Amino acid sequence: MVGRRTDGTAVNRPLSPHLQVYDMLQMTSAMSISHRITGVVWSLGAIVMVWWLVAAASGPAAFATVQGVLGSFLGILFLIAMTATAWFHTLGGIRHLIWDAGHGYDMPSVYRSGHMVLIGTAVLTAATWLLLFLSR
Amino acid sequence: MNDMSPAPRPTRLRSALGRARGAGSAKSGVQHWWGLRVTSLALLPLTFWFILSLAASPGMTHAEVLGWIGHPLNAVLLLAMIGLTFHHTAAGLQVVIEDYAHVEWMKMAGVLAVKAACALLALASALAVLRIAI
Repeated sequence: MVGRRTDGTAVNRPLSPHLQVYDMLQMTSAMSISHRITGVVWSLGAIVMVWWLVAAASGPAAFATVQGVLGSFLGILFLIAMTATAWFHTLGGIRHLIWDAGHGYDMPSVYRSGHMVLIGTAVLTAATWLLLFLSR
Repeated sequence: MNDMSPAPRPTRLRSALGRARGAGSAKSGVQHWWGLRVTSLALLPLTFWFILSLAASPGMTHAEVLGWIGHPLNAVLLLAMIGLTFHHTAAGLQVVIEDYAHVEWMKMAGVLAVKAACALLALASALAVLRIAI
């Protein structure tokens, strides 16, 4: 980064290490950016929830449209992806709350909680859709 | 007697500690950070309730959905979830924008656009729930 000395002359200052020093395939950083990405993606899911609620209030025709879209192959694919996104961000959020409370910072705990989030996401996503199919 | 100078007149009524509390160098302190945590905590039970409620009753007809949304308990929980969801979403997206947008006007425009969108989406869904429930 080009900075200025106090006398105004230019100087190339070193940047502190950032993304380039991380191996993005390690679980810790991958989980970190995934928490962010799932948060952004879930925002899109929230828009669909708004559409669903507004359509329900609008009347049977609008509601049939939204149910038709969400019940299509792509709609169900979207909902499954959104369920996994939601559970990942929810469990990752619990992990962050535990960190915020000051616990689980040692590396074995970080990896253990990371694995728990991944396994929990798979289990809860499968359980949600099992519940859905059993309730049909 | 002239060597007794008067005590400095306070220009603010708030104490130094009172001003320091909750107001760091950013002038808004840690409310934003706490807001994300508190809304996330409140959203935990609401999210479990919403996802599992919908998963447990697929294929509801329009009339059944109106009945479910219109039930007072569900309507109250939905309204709480809507407000908290979009508060949390706006606060979270703001952090993402602030981290990645480095041009000041773009950062400000992005954050304001997100806040406006979240406010409108929250109002639209809250109105939908209220129209059904009332």
